[in-house]
Amino acid sequence: MDKMPKWADVVLIPLISLILAAILSALVILAIGENPFEAVNLMVTGALGSTYGWGYTLYYATNFMFTGLAVAVAFHARLFNIGGEGQAMLGGLGVAIVCLYIDWPHWSIALLAACAASMLFGAAWAAIPAYLQAKRGSHIVITTIMFNFIAAAFLNYMLVNVMRPQGSQDPATARFPEAVHLPTFQSMFSTAENAVFKGAPANISFFVAILACFVVWALIWRTRLGYEIRAYGHSETGAVYAGISPVRITIVAMLISGALAGLMATNNVMGEAERLVLNSTEGAGFIGIAVALMGRSHPFGVFVAALLFGFLYQGGAELALWTTIPRELIVVIQALVILFTGALDNMVRMPLEKLFLGLRKGAE
Amino acid sequence: MEIFVTLIQVFDSTIRLATPLLLACLAGLYSERAGIFDIGLEGKMLMAAFFSAAIAAVTGSVWLGLLAGIGSSLILSGLHGLASITFRGNQLISGVAINFLASGLTVLIAQSWFKQGGRTPSLFGGGRFESAEFPYAIGPEDAELSGKPVSELMSDTNSFHMVYSELLSGHSILVYVAFLMVPLTWWILYRTRFGLRLRAVGENPAAVDTAGVSVVGLRFAAVAICGVLCGIAGAYLATALQAGFVKEMTAGRGFIALAALIFAKWRPWHAMWACLLFGLLQAIALRFQNIDLGGVVIPVQAMDALPYILTVVILAGFVGKAVPPRAGGEPYVKER
Repeated sequence: MDKMPKWADVVLIPLISLILAAILSALVILAIGENPFEAVNLMVTGALGSTYGWGYTLYYATNFMFTGLAVAVAFHARLFNIGGEGQAMLGGLGVAIVCLYIDWPHWSIALLAACAASMLFGAAWAAIPAYLQAKRGSHIVITTIMFNFIAAAFLNYMLVNVMRPQGSQDPATARFPEAVHLPTFQSMFSTAENAVFKGAPANISFFVAILACFVVWALIWRTRLGYEIRAYGHSETGAVYAGISPVRITIVAMLISGALAGLMATNNVMGEAERLVLNSTEGAGFIGIAVALMGRSHPFGVFVAALLFGFLYQGGAELALWTTIPRELIVVIQALVILFTGALDNMVRMPLEKLFLGLRKGAE
Repeated sequence: MEIFVTLIQVFDSTIRLATPLLLACLAGLYSERAGIFDIGLEGKMLMAAFFSAAIAAVTGSVWLGLLAGIGSSLILSGLHGLASITFRGNQLISGVAINFLASGLTVLIAQSWFKQGGRTPSLFGGGRFESAEFPYAIGPEDAELSGKPVSELMSDTNSFHMVYSELLSGHSILVYVAFLMVPLTWWILYRTRFGLRLRAVGENPAAVDTAGVSVVGLRFAAVAICGVLCGIAGAYLATALQAGFVKEMTAGRGFIALAALIFAKWRPWHAMWACLLFGLLQAIALRFQNIDLGGVVIPVQAMDALPYILTVVILAGFVGKAVPPRAGGEPYVKER
């Protein structure tokens, strides 16, 4: 018998966790001597009050959709992929190689190639931890953390010693050629008399992210492989009994996860920066953890949570601009969301379960 | 002689750089031996680094700073315990949350208190841990008396005296504390009743429970020890190794400590050697940028990545197998 109705599990618990995180964040803002209501007001106008704000919010949300989906797919196989950051970095390397060293006639073909390259590079970076987890039993969390650091050092080496254009001091690649620049929302939605999303980085890869949400949904709930991944996540012994190979599922789930994290590079590297710079991921790989936890590992949940975090990110940047509250406030909020929706889940769940059991007994 | 002097200086900086790793590594050892995975070492160190520097800057007393650092680290430990022991949450997710919490809160509070772009004012005088000079060792005082710089006095003396003065003497007291913690930890773990129970609760908590010992109590004790040691590690970073707190100053040391812990297979003496090895790598990377080995140039980034690569190799079990405590990462549920 279920202890709680499904809607409570899917909507109520994340909502209560979110409210708890929001209350604590408000207390933090109060403690540093600012007014939380004014702060929220500023964040809403800054992130949602103009098409410019929306352009940034949706740009960040695109990043978080990719990394959130990456963490979510791994969660379904009960694997905790903290390596999204490193996989996204490597995805950026793939995108940069495709964009810089091949002449593309049109951005659409280049985007397809960049998607393939970023997925390949991201998946490759997840492959070694996946293999070690599946075959040698090394803990995936530790190996993916180590691979984040190795990726950072590797990228640093590539940018400083290999891909930096001659005469440049900046550890970054050259600008990508004009032909591979992705259409931004500004060029897509502006009319002659009405310019919208002016100067904002949101671009066509937002739709790639939405497509990815659909594909992941179909994969997890509508295919044999998705069923096997979920079965393995629920019970390893049960899955083995049903003839599902743990080695195969672990590796395949991690490859998909790494590929999704790598895909993020189509947005931040190809769509926004139009070159590969150091620390291009800006922690988006870690925000994927919060997004996946809040979205309950469901693609639609991830979509909503990514929008929320996109709003927080853009709103936080506006706060830093207009008040003395530094951008790090977002990191605190992110930590609180991870804490309440992830680690302290039972703190909210246990009393709620008691409440619903009590209600049910009362009804009988 | 030239090479010898360089070597001694590199070893000297190895000891300084290995100290925070060692303290954090031993902290993780207590926690993980009791079955609580802790990837929040980094966050606890960072929090302690900030509060120790902040309180030392405000009060001018480094000892009060140390206490504040330990206190702040203990609070995060308590949070980790609450999430992973009391509410039986996911220990890894809790660790991730603690890292972000520390990373955000330190800058937020630093900005609000000092308004210097997320750093504390520089510490001087009583706000820093001074180096402890051994008797007969060459130190700054001798340099002042003779009117020559320390380096000149060093190269004038014999090599034994130099090793004594440079390598053994002249560190902050926390360095000696860190290295004394190694035999102490060994003794606690393998020669006391508490240590036996601590190891047992990480391998088979049900057995400990059956024997009438509180699993929850033991695990909280281990997490608290972890908090104290991380606190000292953070205070060392901000008030001894450097003079003040800067944003993200732990720079992944908590994760290197975690790597060292796995490298050492959760044993105290091995932990010391692993931390010294990783400290040596950092010292070399700090002193020489790119190393030229007869035509083959090792880039500095390779030195940065080496601790992590070594850990992955060890984890892969190609060079000995690292087996974590059996009940690690799993919340204990009493049978009903």
